Amino acid sequence: MQKILRKIWQTGTLTEAPPAADEIEALGKEVKRIIDQRLGGSLAIRQVDTGSCNACELEIHALGNPYYDIARFGIHFVASPRHADLLLVTGPVSRHMETALRRTWRAMANPRFVIASGDCACNGGEFGSNYATCGGVSRVIPVDLHLPGCPPTPNDLMRGILALMRKEQPQ
Amino acid sequence: MNRFDWLPGFIALLAEERVTILHSDPIRLAPAHCLHLDAEDWGRAARVASASGYRWAGLWGDQLGERLGIYAVLVHEGDYLVLMTEVPLQAPILASHTPYFPAADRLERHLHDLLGVDFQDHPDARRWTRHCAWPEDVYPLRSDFPVGGDSPKRAPADVDYPFERILGNGVYEIPVGPVHAGIIEPGHFRFQAVGEQVLRLEARLGYTHKGIEKIAVGRDASGLARLAGRVSGDSTVAHTWAACMAMERAAGVDVPPRALHLRALLAECERIANHLGDIGGICNDVGFAFVHQQFGRLREQWLRGNLAIFGHRLLMDVIVPGGVCRDLPEQWESIIKPQLSTLSRELDDLLAIIDDHSSLEDRLVDTGFLTAERAQMLGVTGYVGKASGQDFDVRRDHGYAPYDGLEVHSPCRTQGDVAARLQIRADEIRDSLNLINRLIQSLPAGPIAVDWPQSVYSSEGLAVVEGWRGEITSFVRFDEDGRVARFFPRDPSWFSLPALEHLVLGNIVPDFPVCNKSVNISYSGQDL
Repeated sequence: MQKILRKIWQTGTLTEAPPAADEIEALGKEVKRIIDQRLGGSLAIRQVDTGSCNACELEIHALGNPYYDIARFGIHFVASPRHADLLLVTGPVSRHMETALRRTWRAMANPRFVIASGDCACNGGEFGSNYATCGGVSRVIPVDLHLPGCPPTPNDLMRGILALMRKEQPQ
Repeated sequence: MNRFDWLPGFIALLAEERVTILHSDPIRLAPAHCLHLDAEDWGRAARVASASGYRWAGLWGDQLGERLGIYAVLVHEGDYLVLMTEVPLQAPILASHTPYFPAADRLERHLHDLLGVDFQDHPDARRWTRHCAWPEDVYPLRSDFPVGGDSPKRAPADVDYPFERILGNGVYEIPVGPVHAGIIEPGHFRFQAVGEQVLRLEARLGYTHKGIEKIAVGRDASGLARLAGRVSGDSTVAHTWAACMAMERAAGVDVPPRALHLRALLAECERIANHLGDIGGICNDVGFAFVHQQFGRLREQWLRGNLAIFGHRLLMDVIVPGGVCRDLPEQWESIIKPQLSTLSRELDDLLAIIDDHSSLEDRLVDTGFLTAERAQMLGVTGYVGKASGQDFDVRRDHGYAPYDGLEVHSPCRTQGDVAARLQIRADEIRDSLNLINRLIQSLPAGPIAVDWPQSVYSSEGLAVVEGWRGEITSFVRFDEDGRVARFFPRDPSWFSLPALEHLVLGNIVPDFPVCNKSVNISYSGQDL
């Protein structure tokens, strides 16, 4: 226990932040303001990988690390689409995930948002459209926001969520 | 000890079993050695290899006009032996290697689903990679199959896959996935359990199949490198390196020494980043949030270092055919040196804390136990193999540049549990830090790439590298126009997934996440 406490004390609060972290602070505050206003304080995200190479997932995971810690802005990831406001989809939509994606989307309550996250989700990316892929999320379900990047960084993801929150109405 | 000391002995054993070697070729896929066999002898050759204790390390097929070339990789004493044969496209029938090498199971089923090779006496006739996106009697990798596919209709869910079931009093089934509760790749797990205990686990992958082998065809060298970088995002460096090495061997391109050093630097940075994430993840799966947060912090710092030095957090697309595409920035030493010393110091602190926690030990020790025999049988490499007594590391045992000029240390443990797999990762981070130090001390000057030759005709190459997950093999064949005619990257996940299905047996269902994390397979790397 002593060692843990010492480590926590030594680590301190992560405030002497590199420039990127300032940006996450500003983005986060703005997102939080809109989430408070429009969604009653919390944005629940259901993430679905529809055939990504897993790089997108690594960066989405990073949103939870202590540098970003997006839970403090009212954003959290949920296990069920029924609890989600936002579907965050990665990958070119493999045809083997096509029906699973559609069912996940159908299970969400209205109003619901969809972000196609990463180049593959936007337009198929490196994989394009072929016998095994649909070539982008909008070919399968309606998309509110396309967020390019290979993969989108945590800051890109926050910018995307902010841009979505600023849009008028979900589809 | 010289390379392939053992080969004459193996060839003599094959002769005893009346296996006909049509051609013995040390050049074609050098430094691997090729034995061209008669198709009739395919199974017997595997039986001899299995009895000799060789490791089975991969399989692919390649359509050559009206014939299919079939290649299987065997490893012994750090040497790679490729068995190859040909079967007619009209009747592609071949004996299965699975009865002798359980590791061959899913790769043979994959090859059947994509190229239509009919493996006789394969113990499991079920499909593997194919779901419902193309019909049973159609094979996407054949040259007459259009890359865009031939059925524009929506692919239905694959609900009819015949999972094996255990029947009995109190036995129940838990289906999980493909859409999981967390942020992970899609796959399906079917548990048979009684009470809390797992009696059987069967995984079903293929959900992220995106036609990588098919869309590789016709690409140029740099296009293939980009694609290889997306076979498995967390192993982007390792897969790109393997594909580029295969292409460079095919084209006879010599990569400048500085580029090789930079590639190794990238590979070690990738290894460290992933191991940092996994150590945190394993601890998180047993509720030790402190370590998860701390390692999340270290990983983020490391990724920012990657960005500052190489221009990409995950190091994508830095390796290109012929070298690397960017040199170190001017201030690189002032970035990397403090990073190395900080990480090394922090690891000392944190690993001591991990060691100190008997409650953590209680969850990790003896959990997800994989015996050395099973690990060997399944051909597992990387941290899963190394934690179960498989003392093999491509960098050390099949030395490729620049590792052949450095003394590479590789950890090995015999406990075979989650704790051992965590410890191997910690050992590997330390070894990688050490390697990075030596790499930057001995960094050669000079160019970072050579131009890709204009004329690369009908040639092929096989490369093997040690990715952070274990041994990756990559095969590339160019056609007469210098375009890619065949690409097959074999991720270590092909072998660690069956290991996961075994090591979870007898554990309680709630320990599955930590067992899974300790193996951390790449679904994308396996599904292709």
